[in-house]
Amino acid sequence: MNEIPISYFLVLSAILFGLGVLAFVFKRNIITVFMAIELMLNAVNLAFVAFDRARGGPHDGWVFVFFVIVVAAAEAAVGLAIAITVVHNRQSLNIERVNLLKF
Amino acid sequence: MPIILNNLWIIPLLPLLGAAINGIFGKQWSQTRVNVVGISSVSLTFLGVIELTREFLALHSQVAWVRSYAPWMIAGPFRADFNFQIDQLTLVMLGVVSGVGLLIHIYSTGYMAHEGGYYRFFSYLNLFMFFMLTLVMAGNLVLMFVGWEGVGLCSYLLIGFYFLRKSASDAGKKAFIVTRIGDVGFTIGTLLVFWTFKSVDFTEIFKQASGMPVESPTYIGGTLTVICLLLFAGAIGKSAQLPLYVWLPDAMEGPTPVSALIHAATMVTAGVYMVARMHVLYSHAPLAMLVVAIVGAATLFYSATIGLVQTDIKKVLAYSTVSQLGYMFLGCGVGAYAAGVFHLMTHAFFKGLLFLAAGSVIHAMGGEQDMRNMGGLRKKIPITFWTMFAATLAIAGVPLFSGFFSKEAILDAAKDGPYANIYLWTLGILGALLTSFYMFRLLFLTFFGEQRYDEHKVHVHESPKNMTIPLILLAILAVSGGWFAAPTMLGGPNHFENFLRPVFEAGAPAASAALAENAGAGETGGNALVKSLLAPGVIVALIGFLTAWWFYIRRPDLPKKLAASMHGLYTLLLNKYYVDEIYLAVIVRPLLWVSTNVLWHTVDEKVIDGAVNGVASSARGIGGEVRQIQSGNPRSYATWVVIGAVGVTVLVLGVWGMVR
Amino acid sequence: MTLPIILFFVFAAIAVIGALMMIFFREPIHSALALILVMVALAVLYLLLGAEFIAAVQIIVYAGAVMVLFVFVIMLLNAGEEERTNISKLAHYVGWPLGIFLTVELVYWMLRAPIGARATTATIAPGDPTRDLSMLLFRSYLFPFEITSILILIALIGALVLAKRDS
Repeated sequence: MNEIPISYFLVLSAILFGLGVLAFVFKRNIITVFMAIELMLNAVNLAFVAFDRARGGPHDGWVFVFFVIVVAAAEAAVGLAIAITVVHNRQSLNIERVNLLKF
Repeated sequence: MPIILNNLWIIPLLPLLGAAINGIFGKQWSQTRVNVVGISSVSLTFLGVIELTREFLALHSQVAWVRSYAPWMIAGPFRADFNFQIDQLTLVMLGVVSGVGLLIHIYSTGYMAHEGGYYRFFSYLNLFMFFMLTLVMAGNLVLMFVGWEGVGLCSYLLIGFYFLRKSASDAGKKAFIVTRIGDVGFTIGTLLVFWTFKSVDFTEIFKQASGMPVESPTYIGGTLTVICLLLFAGAIGKSAQLPLYVWLPDAMEGPTPVSALIHAATMVTAGVYMVARMHVLYSHAPLAMLVVAIVGAATLFYSATIGLVQTDIKKVLAYSTVSQLGYMFLGCGVGAYAAGVFHLMTHAFFKGLLFLAAGSVIHAMGGEQDMRNMGGLRKKIPITFWTMFAATLAIAGVPLFSGFFSKEAILDAAKDGPYANIYLWTLGILGALLTSFYMFRLLFLTFFGEQRYDEHKVHVHESPKNMTIPLILLAILAVSGGWFAAPTMLGGPNHFENFLRPVFEAGAPAASAALAENAGAGETGGNALVKSLLAPGVIVALIGFLTAWWFYIRRPDLPKKLAASMHGLYTLLLNKYYVDEIYLAVIVRPLLWVSTNVLWHTVDEKVIDGAVNGVASSARGIGGEVRQIQSGNPRSYATWVVIGAVGVTVLVLGVWGMVR
Repeated sequence: MTLPIILFFVFAAIAVIGALMMIFFREPIHSALALILVMVALAVLYLLLGAEFIAAVQIIVYAGAVMVLFVFVIMLLNAGEEERTNISKLAHYVGWPLGIFLTVELVYWMLRAPIGARATTATIAPGDPTRDLSMLLFRSYLFPFEITSILILIALIGALVLAKRDS
């Protein structure tokens, strides 16, 4: 009666992840690309929590989510610091301008 | 307490030491010191040979003396050691090689005195002696082949001694390559010998072979026949018979002592020695013997015809050598092995002398070799003249001189022996006629007649003592060297053949033994004397002499008239039947074409280089394509990540999911 | 259509729309705000799955700290409207079909997951979930926990060093 099938959450997670990938490929602003990464991580978290709920028993899934959030935070901090450095060097936020490592 | 017999290795080692010392240190030394090293090594060898002869004869042994000094190749059943073998045949060869070799070494100190590279010459000459002695003393086919190849190497080095002259270096290469062709046959023959007899040692081979049946004279496939023919192929190359004789005339590019030693007395006789040594096998393969005899007879006639018209003094002697080698093979081919070896010995004396004397003439004429520019030298260089005259009498076969005995022995065997063949005998007689003619022609053109050179340009002088003394010594040998067989003129025994009898009787089937016995028999006393003096060979020699006298002393204008009237034949002979040109067009050019176009351009450049370069360029190409991924643009990197992710998910979820 | 299902669809829609907004907005600040919306919607969905602690952490840490950091950096860098460059041909032509393909594929596989057929009861999970989580975290997963604290320390130092102006 009060039940939501897990597959709904999983599908939603897939859709959000896919949208994150599209954003990752399409956006040209560094910071926006980072945000797309965050979106993908969130989608994954959702999948974890959904699976955890479906399994029952000890909540290992939540532990994963916990760590994902922590690592995402650390990564965002460092990534944004790099973004600041890049902006200082290239005077532009467009990632396509960061092309000095061409073959 | 035989010293040398127990230390046979001393004999070849001495010249090797001489070669090494002169080769390493000679460049800084004076000519005198080089001489001391070079001559003393060969003198000691000669003394060693004399001592060895004395020791061996003291043994009164009927079998060969074999000593093995070190194991060499052992590969499964195949075994070849450094073993030396001494029997009467070896002693004869050793005597010739070391004795004539010593005289030529002494001569060279005078002849080469003004040449550059003096130490190099003596080093090579000593090295040659080492290899030749090894060849002659070898107790198995493999060690003999070492000597065989080694003398070929030294021949190459010495022919091309004046290597800055293109014709000389070309001649050296030609000699080596042409003899190589024969060596292929020799090698295959050696392999076949091993396959048949499971050994390459002479004692072992002969022991087995003497028990085998005599093969058919008409069937070419018998094992022994094939072996003998293959080994003979090597002899054809090394001893300059048809068709591989072409290198010998060109070899005259080398210094004259080289021509004397290597291309008259010793190296070219290696083929004859080999056939004589392997007589056990040849006696069991009559077809092979016939081939040997035919090749010998054909060569002797053919090359004598070429020698008739040559104008370079050394070239005449070169073709004469080819011809006389043909006689030796003819002798072996009709079963008269001792006669063949006898002629080998006398030939070493008179041909060696002829070459050295020719060298003396050339030295006297300041380098001139063309006989048309000589003439009337007899009073000016008397010693050279008289010694050369003695040698000419010997080679023509004038009775009592050395060549007479050996040549008559061969012709006798060709006419009356157990393998006699009247056609071969005819060729031999005709060859003797031509030989006498062209040798006297040479003598008359050079020493008689008018002076055809400019006295102001050429200062004719006799050679120094270190050149004339060997000439005199060789002349004595050329005159007396045949007297071993002198008693045959009176129906008595031939001491030379008797000396070699133990060698040639061992292991031979009945027919050859009968021949060896016949050498002693014959008619008695006065009949024999008349018979030998009026032998066809002698008559023919006389005819040759008279004809040459007529053409070159009495009517010197005749040769030119005859040449003009028989212009076609004359040109053919003068150009040596165009054989070199034929070989060039038929063999050399196609071979060069194949080497250049097929092997070089196609196989080496396209295939091998193509493969190697292809690997490199394809690596480069692929790299060039793949590096496009590194565009520097992070968006494209992002896309690549996604591509990878898609790939992985498809693989894992799809394939794994399907498997599940 | 029970309440949980309706709630699910509403907040799922909000999340998807938020994501789409994040993609299509030109100004980065707008994208950031859209992402915050997505995160909040996700937090509600966590609640629907009975993960209260996680929902709370999501709001406090993720939406409340990480995204705020993003907003700060955007403001610091004065990030304006995005340039419309399309230098990378690969991304331009291959990128979007691939993205769509990936999405479709994942949806397909999620639908086929055997675990998905089972339903879930809405709201409250049995037991004391927070207590269980902390038991797990400080017992079984203690080592990773400590490591993460070092990780954060490293990130902190790294960010400091990287963003420092050269003096």
